[in-house]
Amino acid sequence: MANIRVDNLDLWYGSFQALKRVNAVFGEKRITAVIGPSGCGKSTLLRVFNRMNDLVEGVRTTGSVFVDAEDILVPHTNLVRLRKKIGMVFQRPNPFPLSIYENIVFGERIHSRRISRDTLDDIVEASLKSVLLWEELKDKRHMPALRLSLEQKQRLCIARLLAVKPDILLMDEPCSALDPQATAKIEELMRELKNNYTIIIVTHSMQQAARISDETGFMLLGELIEFDKTENIFTRPKDRRTEDYITGRYG
Amino acid sequence: MRKIKEFLIEKLILICGLASIFFVGLIFIFLLKEGLAVFKSVSAFAFLGGSKWYPISEPPQLGILPLILGSLVVTVGAAIISIPIGVGCAVYIAEIAPLKIKEVLKAGIELLAAIPSVVLGFIGMITLVPLVKKVFHLPTGLTALSGSIMLAFMAMPTIVSIAEDALYSVPKNYKEGAFALGATHWQTIYRVILPAASRGILAAIMLGIGRVIGETMAVMMITGNAAVIPKSILVPVRTLTATIAAEMGEAVVGSEHYFALFAIGIVLFVISFAINVTADLCLHERI
Repeated sequence: MANIRVDNLDLWYGSFQALKRVNAVFGEKRITAVIGPSGCGKSTLLRVFNRMNDLVEGVRTTGSVFVDAEDILVPHTNLVRLRKKIGMVFQRPNPFPLSIYENIVFGERIHSRRISRDTLDDIVEASLKSVLLWEELKDKRHMPALRLSLEQKQRLCIARLLAVKPDILLMDEPCSALDPQATAKIEELMRELKNNYTIIIVTHSMQQAARISDETGFMLLGELIEFDKTENIFTRPKDRRTEDYITGRYG
Repeated sequence: MRKIKEFLIEKLILICGLASIFFVGLIFIFLLKEGLAVFKSVSAFAFLGGSKWYPISEPPQLGILPLILGSLVVTVGAAIISIPIGVGCAVYIAEIAPLKIKEVLKAGIELLAAIPSVVLGFIGMITLVPLVKKVFHLPTGLTALSGSIMLAFMAMPTIVSIAEDALYSVPKNYKEGAFALGATHWQTIYRVILPAASRGILAAIMLGIGRVIGETMAVMMITGNAAVIPKSILVPVRTLTATIAAEMGEAVVGSEHYFALFAIGIVLFVISFAINVTADLCLHERI
């Protein structure tokens, strides 16, 4: 089930080509990291998978992206279903200016017609537990989410996502706004989540990719230069440019 | 030499800054001095709660309840018309409209704000008043409803532009977050963007209403100016502002009538002040 296969993907913002002939397979229930210098197209690639690029005007794509054998780039793709299945965590934690509780049940409220109070309570408890926030926040569920610390906010965003029961989690530099301790905790959470979800993480930090991912892709100027098991990428990269990047000659 | 220059310029700017406060203070003191004099001959309760406004009968009857209610009816009517349309328009401009339509709409709204109120009143008198008369089969079209509709036009530019600002300044990542959870555009607007902008929208509404309450010329021209307690929205009413404008010229300086008009000014001042402060609190208080 839940895997992503990218087939000859090209993407343009207007006349600028941001992705060039990308081919890759993101395996299920593992963490795949995408690394590369700023502007290399790694976030763009991530945003293809849940069609977030649709929000940007003047985006064109060719090629295909198959999620469970279904091409999601065709125009009639059901975006609501796609985004339920493929959730996204953003660089800056972005809880809505609502209570913690309402943030978590947001997905349920928009996706189902009949909602019982009990279902919502269960969802909140289960989601907070899966991001290890339940103990801390069970008595503060109705507090405004904007009062949480950055790390808690990011966890809450992940909880909010898990509440809609996705199969795949896209993470766009989820730790770049956090301090090292909070980063370590989020990474721990990701390892936990790997048992149930397919995770693709875009990161600036090579160390982070090395620590948590099973596979790593290296991107440069819109091309996927190399894609392999993480240990191979970091110990014996095949491409010269990958080697230069991980040894710190770009960056 | 340079130091003296700095000093002089600094003081000059200080004076400019203080001048505005100084003049507001003067106006307020003058208003109080002239207005409060009316309470020597009539109690505050009888003034605010009295139902008869016959300022030139003998002795004068100075109850401004009909005027307060007149202003209220016109304002509430204008609010009911302008708030949904104004906020809807703001949402359309901020969230939905393609860039070109957005620019056209914004320019249009600004143009609407630029029409002098006397011109609006004039147009209302020629077009709206006969229409209201015909549609509702009334003896006259000079009614609170006509005033409300015309004032709604005047409140709309304020509401639209401030609400649009508020909606536009909602962080884009809220929107992304909602979309990424599979929300549709409308769900995103009404579950995330509107609540996030609610304070700004409230402020926009308040400022729009403030404009309506203070408006004089258009209402004087099309509401009929009958100082009786309005029993429906389809009768002529007289507002606080129109009363001052219409009667100040003929009131004898130093008479009770004259003082009463100033007291009406105080009432208006208090109302607008309260509205502006509320709007300000909405805009600046952080959660």
